[in-house]
Amino acid sequence: MVRRFGPSLALLLAALGAWQGVASLAAVDDLTLASPLEAAGALRADWTLLMENAWITLVETLLGLAIAVVGGALAAVAMHLVRPLRDAAYPLLVASQAIPLVVLAPLFVLAFDYGIGPKLAIVALICFFPITVNLLDGLRSVEPELIKLMRSLGASRLMTLRKVELPASLPSLFSGLRVAASVSVIGAVFGEWAGAEAGLGRLVLLGNNQLQTPRVYAGVVLLTVMALALFAAVSLAERAAVPWKRHGGAT
Amino acid sequence: MTTKLEALRSEPPSLAQEGVAFEGVGRHYSSRRGDTAALEDLDLRIGNDEVVSVVGPSGCGKSTLLELAAGLQEPDSGAVRVAGSGAPAGRLERTAYMPQRDGLLPWRSALDNAALALECGGVGRAQARRRARPLFARLGLERFERALPGELSGGMRQRVAFARTLLAGREVLLLDEPFASLDSITRAGLQEWLAAILAEEPRTVLLVTHDVEEALYLGDRVVVLSARPGRVVAEIAVELRRPRPRRDVVTDPAFSALRQRALEALAW
Repeated sequence: MVRRFGPSLALLLAALGAWQGVASLAAVDDLTLASPLEAAGALRADWTLLMENAWITLVETLLGLAIAVVGGALAAVAMHLVRPLRDAAYPLLVASQAIPLVVLAPLFVLAFDYGIGPKLAIVALICFFPITVNLLDGLRSVEPELIKLMRSLGASRLMTLRKVELPASLPSLFSGLRVAASVSVIGAVFGEWAGAEAGLGRLVLLGNNQLQTPRVYAGVVLLTVMALALFAAVSLAERAAVPWKRHGGAT
Repeated sequence: MTTKLEALRSEPPSLAQEGVAFEGVGRHYSSRRGDTAALEDLDLRIGNDEVVSVVGPSGCGKSTLLELAAGLQEPDSGAVRVAGSGAPAGRLERTAYMPQRDGLLPWRSALDNAALALECGGVGRAQARRRARPLFARLGLERFERALPGELSGGMRQRVAFARTLLAGREVLLLDEPFASLDSITRAGLQEWLAAILAEEPRTVLLVTHDVEEALYLGDRVVVLSARPGRVVAEIAVELRRPRPRRDVVTDPAFSALRQRALEALAW
C-alpha cells in the first residue's frame, strides 16, 4: 500500500502545500482562491449540510449506474446473440457518443421535471456506453475453440452464453464498469446543475453563486472521494467475481 | 474397472458398426486472396474401436478433418459419416472433440471442467460432479479435483481435458494434437497414460498429430496426409503388440522401420 501509493501521496501533499502557499499570499483574496485549510474548515463547519446533499448525489449516482449496468448488459447480450441487431445498433451506439450529453441535461429536466428522473437519465446515459461496448467486446473475443467445444458437447446457444461467454467476459465488463464508475458522479453533478432542489452538485453551484468558495472546494473534495470510492468498490467486486485473474486492472 | 467407462457410452455398440468414414471429401476456404483447398478427394475409414493417427505437414488440413468428423464443419464435396450418420447433428451427437489447447474454463475447478461435458447434456451441476468423480479417480486425478486450471501443470490440464472428452460419453473421440503443447518428457508420460486407457477401454479414436512417433505409438494405423490440399499419401498399419511400454516400443527395430516409412511418406 505505502509503496504503491506513497509517491502519489507525497506529490499530493506537495501540491496542497503549494496551493496553501499561493492562497496565503496577500495579493490573493479568499474569494478568488480558498486555501486547503479554509476548504477543510468548510468541510468541518458544513459537515451535516454537505453529508445530506452528498447522500442525495450518491443515491442518484448508484441508481443511474445500476440502470446502466442492467440496460448495458441486456443490450450487449442482445447485440451479441442477434447479429443483425449488432450490425444495426453498433455504429449508432458509437455515433451517439458525439452527442454532448451535458447539454441534454436541461432537456431531460423539461421532460422529467426537477425530481431524480433527469439525474438518473444522465448518469445512466453516460455509463451505458462503456459498459455495453466493453461487455460486447468481451463476449465477442471468447476463443472460437471454446465455442466449438461447447457445440461439440451438445450445449445450446444459451448454455454456451451462460457457462462460457458471460463468465469469460466478466473482466471486460469490469473494465467498462470502472470507466462508468469514474464518470457516473460527473453525470449526477451535471444532472443537478440543470435543475435540482438538493445534491452536492447543486450545493457547489449555489456556493459558487453565493461566493462561498471554501464550501465549493469542500463539495469538490467530497465528489472526488465519492468517485474514487466507487472506483475502488468496482475493483474490489472484480477481485471477488474474477478470482482466476489476479490483476484484472491492467486489461 | 472396465464397466465404469463402458457405462458412459450413450449408444449401444450396435449403432457404431461403421466407425467414421470420409468419402471423397473436399473442403476449401474462400478468402479475399481466393480459394484455398484444405482437403481434396480424401478417403479415410476408421473402424470400430480403432485408433487412427493422422500426421501431415502443418497446414495440411488436419484440424479441418477433425472438425468435419465432429460435425462442426460441412464438406464442400463428398460425405462424412459417423456411425452411419452423415447429418451434422448426427455427427455432433456421436463424437467428442478435444481441442488443441485444453479448452479448460479458468473459473471452474478441474472436476467441474470435466463435469461440463455432462452439464451440457442437461445434467445438473451436483449430479454431474458426482458422476465425474469415479472417472477422475480412475484417471489418477482425484487429488486435483478442486484445483483451478491455472494451478495445474500442462500435463495435468491435458488429462482433465481428456477426462471431459471421455465424460461426454460419445462413441468416437476426436483428439486435435492433444499433447502438442507439452515438453517431451511430459508428452511421453501422457502418451503411455492414454495408451493404457485405450488398451483397457477401446474407443474409436481419430488422433491428429504432427509427431510421427506419437502417431505410431498410439495408433493402430497411421495415415499420412500430403501438404495442402491434404489427401492420403500413405497408410501404415502398426502391428505392434499391446499394451506397449513406450521405452520398449520406440527402441524396437520394427518401430524404427515404421517411423522411416512414415517420414519418407511425409517427405514425398
